Amino acid sequence: MDRVSISRRRLLGGAAGAVGAAVLGRTALAQVEVPPDPTKLPGHSLSALGERSLFARPRRVVGGGYLGASLTPLQDLCGIVTPADLHYERHHAGVPTIDPQRYKLLIHGMVERPTVFDLQALRRFPAVSRLHFLECSGNGGPAYRKLRPDLSPQLIDGLTSTSEWTGVPLATLFREVGVQPGAKWFLAEGGDAAVMARSIPIEKAWDDAMIAYGQNGEPLRPEQGYPARLLVPGWEGSTNVKWIRRIELADQPFMTREETSKYTDPLPDGTARQFSFVMDAKSLITFPGYPVTLPERGWWEVSGLAWSGRGRITRVDVSSDAGKTWTPAELQQPVLPKCHTRFRLLWRWDGAETLLMSRATDETGYVQPTLAELRHVRGLGTAYHFNNIRAWRVRRDGTVLFGLEE
Amino acid sequence: MRATRLIAAAVALGTVQSGPPVRLGFGRPATADEITAWDIAVRPDGRGLPAGRGTARDGAAIYASRCASCHGVTGQEGPADRLVGREPREGFPFGRDPTLVKTVGNYWPYATTLYDYINRAMPLNAPGSLAPDEVYGVVAYLLWRNEIIADTAVIDARTLPHVGMPARHHFVVDDRRGGPEIR
Repeated sequence: MDRVSISRRRLLGGAAGAVGAAVLGRTALAQVEVPPDPTKLPGHSLSALGERSLFARPRRVVGGGYLGASLTPLQDLCGIVTPADLHYERHHAGVPTIDPQRYKLLIHGMVERPTVFDLQALRRFPAVSRLHFLECSGNGGPAYRKLRPDLSPQLIDGLTSTSEWTGVPLATLFREVGVQPGAKWFLAEGGDAAVMARSIPIEKAWDDAMIAYGQNGEPLRPEQGYPARLLVPGWEGSTNVKWIRRIELADQPFMTREETSKYTDPLPDGTARQFSFVMDAKSLITFPGYPVTLPERGWWEVSGLAWSGRGRITRVDVSSDAGKTWTPAELQQPVLPKCHTRFRLLWRWDGAETLLMSRATDETGYVQPTLAELRHVRGLGTAYHFNNIRAWRVRRDGTVLFGLEE
Repeated sequence: MRATRLIAAAVALGTVQSGPPVRLGFGRPATADEITAWDIAVRPDGRGLPAGRGTARDGAAIYASRCASCHGVTGQEGPADRLVGREPREGFPFGRDPTLVKTVGNYWPYATTLYDYINRAMPLNAPGSLAPDEVYGVVAYLLWRNEIIADTAVIDARTLPHVGMPARHHFVVDDRRGGPEIR
């Protein structure tokens, strides 16, 4: 067998390569056994735990230590499901290590029967599995201000991911403990070093909130809340409290730091919007985008993701002339509520410089706004909920840059 | 809903005893000690605040030893969140100006949140390590540095809920409702 030297750039594979290589360093080399003809000798043995191809190694981009965030490589993914080990992260005091044997969820406050559920009890209830996106409410900031051309889909919008979540509906647990009249909010509190806490209106529990313990067919990853987390579909990521250990029902919100000092939206009229839970409709073209280069003119499939915290995406329009005309993209099934939806449009590039854009509409009739429209109502000082239309500039040499400019 | 429907179906078939109940009885009663050990939340009306007290003078030394290395000697230097500062004193222009720094004095709407958060999550390298008197002292110190209380004012479970925060009346509940309007 020949020992073939393959550059790290090639190992990263495909369109992903340039971004990943920029992160990991282009000069690194790896030695990999690659037979000249794989039909002429047996392949690898079976294994207890599979690994990705050596040629396809997508990676999160990590910013910060235990206080920071890591971003999903959206440009490297296909379909709508995010591999669990590439799900974005945003923690407030790192990832705790929790023994599932000692785990417990306490539900108390304005309830008839304050109750402790261990993991075994949670898993014994009738379960549900649903596909939903999660998104940090700070996602997309680079598409709103301090605009730069050298931003990839991952760096712009990588704080969103989709998983199939399995768990017990919170309504089931609330019926179990007996909610007292007058209870209107509940505090969701995590078992991490931040003891992360958010107040949630009780209607969300009766609607579609769940205590999730499964993710894409396996137990939650520690980074997503092992052994159990709150999932409030369609709502800003920080309300989906990971490592949940306590739920307290009350008649009023608790006004924690994460719903007063943080995760509030100052507006141009001199107010600050509070409890802005729902993530409005958004879309992003994930191909082509920086740092891809189109090697030739001709037919290319424009592809991306669209999602809304208010329900299903009903259409995505794509413009290849800077927003002058729009063409409906194909929505790849399944199109699910509060879930990433894959859209595709076959596009013929004539070699001229152009601006590619996508615009999502959800089932409430909400249409993703332009940057100017969103800035008009939100102001430049806002720090969350950046769902304006994004753009990619395709230049005559085939290079692609992030296309929103001042 | 699902269980209710199942029961309704079972009743209709005259087989109510075989259908699942609304309550399955999983889990166990929480003990009072368990609840007390974990129930750390402090509310705007003061519920949840423990016994204890502190003044800004008490809190200055604790701030210097436990907080200043991240938040700065006076609370304005960082590198972590700037905690002190009243500017701008007029209006609430944070939505228009991204360069403004949000502090306890100009942006936090509830004084009780200070106790809740410091007790819950600070200091970052040893969360939950401050005794109630120490938390009250640091809260008092930050309120004093932000020119909200006097350095001799006693902060405790009775006084903290009544501390008026400058930003309080600027906060409004989300009014986005979906549909065609961009808000």
